[in-house]
Order: sequence, then structure tokens, then C-alpha cells
Amino acid sequence: MFPLLSLIIFIPLLVGVILLALPEERRGWIRGLALVGALLTLVFSLVAYFGYDVSAGGYQFQERMPWLPALGIGYHVGADGISLPLLLLGGLVAVSGVLVSWRVEDRPREFFAFLMFLVASVQGVFASLDLFQLFFFFELAVFPKYLMIVLWGSPKTRNYGGMKLTLYLFLGSVVSLVAALAVYFGSGLHTFDLIELQQAGLAKDFQYFWFPFLFIGFALLSGIFPLHSWAPDGHVAAPTAISMLLAGVEMKVGAFAALRIAIELLPEGARQWAWLILLLGTMNVVYGALIALVQKDFKYVIGFSSVSHMGLVLMGFATLNADGLLGAGMQMFSHGVMTALFFAVVGMVYDRTHERDISRLGGLVQRMPWAAVGFIIGGLVSMGMPGFSGFVAEYPIFMGVWRVQPVAAVVAALGILITSGYILLVVRRVFFGELPAALEQSGGSGRKVGMQRIEDVSWMDKVVIGMLALIMIGLGWFPALMTPWVQSGVQAVLAVLGGGQ
Amino acid sequence: MQNHLLTWILFSPTVAALVLLLLPKNRPALLRWFALLSSLVPLGLTLVVWAQFDGSAGFQFEEKVSWYAALNASYHLGVDGISLPMVLLTTLLTPLALLASFNVEERVQPYLFLFLLLETGMLGVFLALDLLLFFVFWEVGLVPMYFIIQQWGGKNRNYASLKFMLFTIGGSLGLLLATQLMGAATGTFDLTELYRIWPRLQTLNLPIGWSIGTVKAVAFWAFVVAFAVKVPVWPFHTWLPDAHTEAPTAGSMILAGVLLKLGAYGFLRLVLPLYPAEAKQFAGWLAGLAAAAIVFGALAAFGQRDFKRLVAYSSINHMGFVVLAVAAAAKASNSAADALSANLALNGAVMQMFSHGLSAAGMFFLVGVIYDRTHTRDLEEFGGLYAVLPVYGSVLMFTTMGALGLPGLSGFVAEFLVLRGAWPLLMVATAISLIGLFFTGAYLLKALYKVLQGPLNERWVGKLKDMNRRELVVIAPLMALMLALGVWPAWLLEMINRAVALWF
Repeated sequence: MFPLLSLIIFIPLLVGVILLALPEERRGWIRGLALVGALLTLVFSLVAYFGYDVSAGGYQFQERMPWLPALGIGYHVGADGISLPLLLLGGLVAVSGVLVSWRVEDRPREFFAFLMFLVASVQGVFASLDLFQLFFFFELAVFPKYLMIVLWGSPKTRNYGGMKLTLYLFLGSVVSLVAALAVYFGSGLHTFDLIELQQAGLAKDFQYFWFPFLFIGFALLSGIFPLHSWAPDGHVAAPTAISMLLAGVEMKVGAFAALRIAIELLPEGARQWAWLILLLGTMNVVYGALIALVQKDFKYVIGFSSVSHMGLVLMGFATLNADGLLGAGMQMFSHGVMTALFFAVVGMVYDRTHERDISRLGGLVQRMPWAAVGFIIGGLVSMGMPGFSGFVAEYPIFMGVWRVQPVAAVVAALGILITSGYILLVVRRVFFGELPAALEQSGGSGRKVGMQRIEDVSWMDKVVIGMLALIMIGLGWFPALMTPWVQSGVQAVLAVLGGGQ
Repeated sequence: MQNHLLTWILFSPTVAALVLLLLPKNRPALLRWFALLSSLVPLGLTLVVWAQFDGSAGFQFEEKVSWYAALNASYHLGVDGISLPMVLLTTLLTPLALLASFNVEERVQPYLFLFLLLETGMLGVFLALDLLLFFVFWEVGLVPMYFIIQQWGGKNRNYASLKFMLFTIGGSLGLLLATQLMGAATGTFDLTELYRIWPRLQTLNLPIGWSIGTVKAVAFWAFVVAFAVKVPVWPFHTWLPDAHTEAPTAGSMILAGVLLKLGAYGFLRLVLPLYPAEAKQFAGWLAGLAAAAIVFGALAAFGQRDFKRLVAYSSINHMGFVVLAVAAAAKASNSAADALSANLALNGAVMQMFSHGLSAAGMFFLVGVIYDRTHTRDLEEFGGLYAVLPVYGSVLMFTTMGALGLPGLSGFVAEFLVLRGAWPLLMVATAISLIGLFFTGAYLLKALYKVLQGPLNERWVGKLKDMNRRELVVIAPLMALMLALGVWPAWLLEMINRAVALWF
């Protein structure tokens, strides 16, 4: 059988290793190879996505191999309707990340190699059907993440942001690892295989006790309130492509693992603690939006908007019903694409203006119309505007929340209004109005470079903006391009949840 | 094509907008003519639908395709005698607004692009027969309008556009939540099914601690607030004078001509049929708000010095009559006399929506015409312009009379029907509204006096050119329709009346 999922995981890993072996001065080769690696990942994830038999459902493209049979650890990959959109997301963001980093001047070899390792790690998590293996890929991300932030990040905050992000994530993974080991021993099956562990039938009290550790440990990576403050700091400090991957894909890794491991292995625990997740998710939505509203830094607005939007994913999980989970699955993809676009545009603006202070930006639509349009489309998705992917994702989440706790739906709806406020304000202040004189003249050393100083984005940037924007618009008008996949995945989750009763 | 006429009407502006993007942006004349000619396509198709429309049947030209299957929402379109006049209004005003925009020189391509998208957004609201689809188009139209005001508006455009957007989005939050609630409770978004299920729903399978009656009452108000913001009804109107004053001329034409009708249409299409019991219970409140809108709108208009602001407030005044008619229809019991009154009031409401669409678009256009020449909108700076601009003066006189409700023009028929229908049902509110009608006359005559009559302001002598041919082409269809509807309203009323009789 064709090892599709293994290729999706190991192509970027292999490309990363080869990149490190290439001579440093061959920049063209380095970038080209990184792009090829990312494109192959995307192509194979597309093949997997469209090759998946939705009507059959379940885990497909499975591959398994014993690895440490004595401990019950195996190499086991498979994809279902929940993970396929995320694999696709990983491929999309990988390609976009490489394209917007095309002009990285500082040690491009290491930059692209680490980027590839990060891609391999997230794809590995999405495809894992073995608990140990999942943790392996989960942790594999730590070192490229940390290094990329502190080496290529924005000089002022990269040490603080990188350290904070890494320590928080360590905390999360330690907590969830302990809980996962508890599940391993508690099941008495001596296996880390997820499909077998799902059948373990763990005692209720056991589930009640361990669920919060397992869930919160993973959900920390998706920025769950009140453990979210690393996310904006870390994402803002990171270089553009890494912000895109971290906020766009890594946050989904946390949410995905929380669903796949915590909820599917401990369904009774999930039922018991759903109210808490719903509460925290609602806090994420409203609090994150409010904090985004008062930010003065362009990139921090987006950093906090991610916290707000991931709250909707958590709310969707907490409903434990078909609508809410469907919406959460859609929102994971939609938010990933949206926030990747956001961070890409923020990076393009910063590269050209060297400025992130909103009050010193303005009028950029005159110089970089593509970036402006891209940001506006991302903003409309963010506002949950109908006709874009955010709406078709958020709507079912809200319907699901109505079925369990109407108050939360009403409170979270405030987040939509606040989001509209900060998005419209940021769009107006950064892209419209007058171009500040400082930007007009900056960089002028005698020559009249002011006019050329801020130039339009490159054609590669345009490819990224166009591709991501089209996906969000397409999904907004044709939700059926994704809902059947997610629905089939949700059916499996619901079966697990129902089985516990 | 025959079976998908409504889809063609709905999306031909979008297709045109996309093609427009491919045209060279440094050829403004080409872009303008392309946009104008392509906007005649939906108008032509609407006339085809009009010709084939069967007045005695309910929804026609229906199309239904699964859309968001996971939520059981579908792409369901259809027209009846209430929505078809609104579709005609939209497809008629869009080309006129585009023609009125020929003097926009700045960034012509995105401007026309947004206008064409706006048309699709507005048409979608009138054509949707699915609650989720309705909401989609309801919100989608906001985006182009926001940018039209924010990019091509007047001095205070930032404030006005943000206020417009946040008011309408905030007002729609309740609608969003209420549609989710209804979808979750009934498992469908199809309006034809919801009409049947929702008013009769007795138990709610949702964990809400309230009785179904309370839930429905709250949802009713959520709908009402969303539509009241858009109409706008006092006290939800404060975004309107700002948005209108700052919007470019064509933006104001569409805003007053069509966007306000979306709110009124929401009352007719959703509030009355989905919440008959609640509407009846709260009819007095609605009538009170309507009377307040009519009186305060007129008084506020009378107090303005800015010509455009005066016309903006007049919209609040005129649209109040639509809400008054809705309140009257809600109040009516099953007796024959009540039913007749309700029927007349609703006929008047739809007629008023159409008629106000013509007169308000015309008025805003004429404000734009004088502003283009004088660069002021201050009424105190005009005076005696009839002598300088005889053609403009006559046209303004005619349009103002149409807005004022002079017999023989469309406004009279509409307002008479509303008042006749509402009087027996809501006597006090109607009486107060009649006082408002008096002030309507007062402010419109004040505007006419300040602009056209009185001592001639010498600074304009020899400086102003009368209306040119393009401007006359914009206003002529509006004037002709106002006259046609005033003299022989039957061609439109027949269609409205059958639809109303079928529904209420």
C-alpha cells in the first residue's frame, strides 16, 4: 500500500535534514528545496483529503509497525475526518510559510530546515494513532520552535517570548504526559495504541480525576484561558513564517490532541467537566477579544484574536454534540488559514515599514493593496461575516452551545461585536487614512527613496494571500467542501461518547 | 436559464464585479460603462420575471438546492408579490446609482466593484426563502456599504462608517442568536417550513429555564431590534443621519432607496408570519415606536441646516409609516373589518417602501447635484436658485412633492393606504402620525424655500450650470415612476394586494 501519511510526515523531516547538509551559500537551492518539500507535503495531504472515502468514514490510510512491542509502542498512523482538514492546513501553511520567508537573509539554511522540522512535527501529531508516538511528535516541535523564536524573532522580545512560550508548553506537556501515563497504566492493556485504548472502558472515577489534567495540558497549547498569555507573547516574538505555523497550526495541535486524547479516551470525564471547558472557552472568546481591542501593537492584535477564536473551538468541544463538534472542526481549519494570512500580512507590513505600532502606521493600501485586501478578507472571516469560512464554522458551534447552555451562546456573541470593532479599527488605522510622513521618508539617505521605500508585496506574497483568501471565501459559500469530512469524524467521536453511557 | 432566473438575477452583478476586476483600471470610462451596462442585465431579467409572474399564486420561480446540509439549510430562492417589487426597486436603482457615480474620479474600479457586490447582497435578502441564507445576505451587504462610506465619503466618514457598521452588526447579534435558537429548536431553516412549525411550537428541546412564550417573546424582540436598526425606527436611528450625510451621493441613494427597505422587508417577511402572537401582543409598542419615528423624524428634519441631513431625517419620518402599518397588521383580529384594515395597511406599507425608494433616491441624488455645483449643503447659503437653475428647480420641486405625498404622485397613495388601514386599529398612534405628516410638509417646504425661493444669493449668479443630460437621465425614470404610481397605482398594487391577501 502507498504510505501516504508517512510521506506527509517524513518528507518535510527528510528535507530538513538534507537542507542542513547543503552548503550554506547555495541560497537558491536551499529555498527551492524547502519549497519542494512543502509543496509535496501539501500535494500528498490533498491526495489524502480527496482520496478519503467519506461514506465509509473511520480511520483510513492506516499504517502500523511494531516499534517497541515490549512496551506496547508502535508506529501507527491513520487519518479521519477530523485530522484530514488539519493535515491539509499543515500543508497549506507550510507552503505559505516558505513563500513569505523567501527573502530571509539570516542563516536561511537553518531557518528552512527548522521550519521543515516543525511541519513534520505537526503533521506527525495529526496522523498519530499511537499515544506514545503522538507525544514524540508533539515534543519534537519544541526545539525548532524555541530556536526559531530566539534566533530569528524580533530582537526586543524574542528571548522573553521564546522562553515564556517554551516553559508554558513544557508545563502543559508534562501535565498531559503524566495523565497519559496514568491512562496507559490504568487501562491495564499495556498498549499505547489509541484505537485499543478507546475500548479500555476506564472506571468513571478514574476518568473524572484525570480528564482535567489531560485536557488542560493539551488545551494549554491552544491558548485556553487563563493559561493563554504565552501565546500572544510567543507568537508576536516569532518570525513571520513561525507565527503563521504556531498560531495557524500549532494551536490546532493542542486542540486536536485535547479532542483525540482527552475527550475520546476519557469520555465520561469529558461529560463531567464539559461545563468548565465551556466556561473557560467563553472567557477566551470575550476576554481575548477585549484585550485585542486595546492593543497598540499591530501583531499583538492578531495574537490576542487567536486566543479569542480558539475559545470558540473549545466551546465547540465542550458541547459534546454533533453541531458543536462540527463547528469546532471547521473552526480549527478556518482559523488556521485566517490567522496564517493575518500573520503573513503583518510580516509583509513589518518588513517594509519596520513598524508595528498602529499609531505610526496608516495609508498602506496606497502602497500595498494586496496586503490590505488580504487583511480585510482575513478580518471579515474573523468577524464571522457570512460568505466567509468563519461564519460557517461559528454558526454550528453556537447552535451546539444553544443545546447545552444558552447563556454561553449569548455571552460569546458579544465577542463577535467586539471583534468587529477591533478589526475595523485596525484595518482603518493601518491601511487607510494618510500615509504617515515618517513612513513616506524613512530610509532616505539623500536619494529620494521615500517613494520607493514601501513597495508592493512580491508575487510570491500575492500567491499566499490569494490562495488563503480564496480558500476562506470558497469554504464560506460552499461549506460542503469540508463538512462531510468533519461530520464523519464527529460521528466517530459521538460514538465514543455515547459508548460510555 | 428559464428555471434559474432568480439565480441569474442574484449573481449577475457578482459576475460583472469579477469581470470588472479584470478590466484595465486606468480606463475609467470603460469601467463605468461596463458596470452600468452589466447592471441592466438583472433589471432586464427582473422585468422578465415580472412579465411571467402569476399574481394569484404564492412563491414563484422557486429554486432549492442543498447548501449547508449539516445544518439543514438550503439555497432556497423565490419571489412573491411583496419581494418582487423590492427586487425591481433594487435592480432599477443600482443602474441609476451607477450612472449618478460617473463623476466619481477616485479609484473607480474598487468603487464600482463594491457597488455591484452590494447589489447581490441586497437582492439576496429579498430573494432568500431560507432563514440562514437570509442572514447571510443580510450581513454580506454591510461590507461593501461600509467601504463605500469609509472610502468615498465626506469629512467625517470614519466615524460615520464605523457607527453604521457597529450599529447594524450589534443590532443583528440578537437576530443571529435568535436564528440559531430557531434552527436548534426546529432543525430546519427553510422559511416555508418555519412558517408552519415555529408559530405553533409548544415545547422547546433546549435547556432554557424559561417558558416557550417568554423565549418566543425575547426572540421576537431580537428580530424587531435587528430590523428596527435598519429601517430605522426611533430610538435606533442615530447611525442614519451620520451615514447618509457622509456617504457619497450614489451610496446615499442606495442606502435610502434599498438598504432601509431591507429592515422593513424583514418585518413583513419574518416578524409578522413567524411571530403572529407576539406581534399582536406588542403591537402597541411597535405603533408607539412608529409614531415616535414619524414625529421625531419630521421635527428633527425641520431643525436641520444641512440639506443632506434634512433628507436623511426625512427617511426616518417616511419609513415610520411602514412600521405603523406593520403594527396595525399585527394588531388586527380575525374579524372582517380588521382584516380589511390590515390588508390596506400592508398594501400601503409595501407601496410606501417602493415609493420612498424612488423619492428618497431622487432626493439624495438632487442634494448631490447641487452639492457638486456649490460644494456646500448649508441651506442658509442657497436661496433663489430657481432663477439660476430652472430645470433643477423644477425637478427638485417635483421630487419633493412626491416625497411630501402630493396627490397624483406615489407617496400619496401609499401614505393614504397606511393611514386608512391603521386608523381603525391604532387610532391614537395614527392620529399622532398625522401630526407628524403635517411636519413632513413643513420641513420639505422649508427645504424648497431655502434652496429655490427667497432672495437670490448673489454669489451663485453666473457660476452654476443647470443639470446636464446624464443627471436628467438619472432622475427621469424616478420621476416617471412616481407619477405613474400616483396616477395609476393599480399595476403595482394588484400584485402587492394578492400577495398580502394570501399571507395575512
